[in-house]
Amino acid sequence: MPPRKPTGSRGRGAATQGKDGQQRRPMFRRRKVCKFCSDKIDDINYKDVKLLMPFVPERAKILPRRISGTCALHQRKLRTAIMRARQLALIPYTAE
Amino acid sequence: MNRKYELVYVVSPEASDDQVTGLHTQVEETVTRMGGQLEKTENWGRRKLAYEIGRHKEGTYVLEVINGSGELMKELDRRLKVLDYVIRHLVVRVDEHEAVVDRTRSRRTDTTRRRRVARGLPPDRQPGEGQRGDSDDDRDDRFDMGSEL
Repeated sequence: MPPRKPTGSRGRGAATQGKDGQQRRPMFRRRKVCKFCSDKIDDINYKDVKLLMPFVPERAKILPRRISGTCALHQRKLRTAIMRARQLALIPYTAE
Repeated sequence: MNRKYELVYVVSPEASDDQVTGLHTQVEETVTRMGGQLEKTENWGRRKLAYEIGRHKEGTYVLEVINGSGELMKELDRRLKVLDYVIRHLVVRVDEHEAVVDRTRSRRTDTTRRRRVARGLPPDRQPGEGQRGDSDDDRDDRFDMGSEL
């Protein structure tokens, strides 16, 4: 039986190190703010497709709060609005 | 007890304009017969559906704002379900939602006014004031979401 190669030398080492080197750099992330709070949009309405569309990207799934930065209150309203718009075929359920 | 409802229905693209107006008058008749008022009608015209419903890819959207009882809405819902050229419909009660929107809006203007007065400014925003001068246009940057994410 041939001696087994040490797992570390499977051509992965160099790549990981390079990646680590990149991660050390302090990442600049801009602070996310709720769009509806900052723009003072009170009425999140299912008829306003233009308003809702940015929150349903390609796959037509609702954009999660951790990405869009929407506050809990507005995300909830957004969710009902999107679900109603979907019933009327204004917004897709899925993208094929 | 009368409440405010919104009814949206999607009519099949094969239906003629007469059929659409006929349906509208039918809705109107039902509303007045059962003691409600039709507040507003909006025809959004023919638009593309976000997904296929049956074999349809387009539909004519009509919105009716109705003041009426729950019984009336139930009746309208039942009638629209029966008609085969209505491909989708939705009834939403809107009075509470509108009340909430009005309340938050008025509360916000009240607080901004109070704060402005406390800072020794006139209660309403003057034209050409502040960093964002064109405050009326700032609702239009809705599409900028993509670059922010």
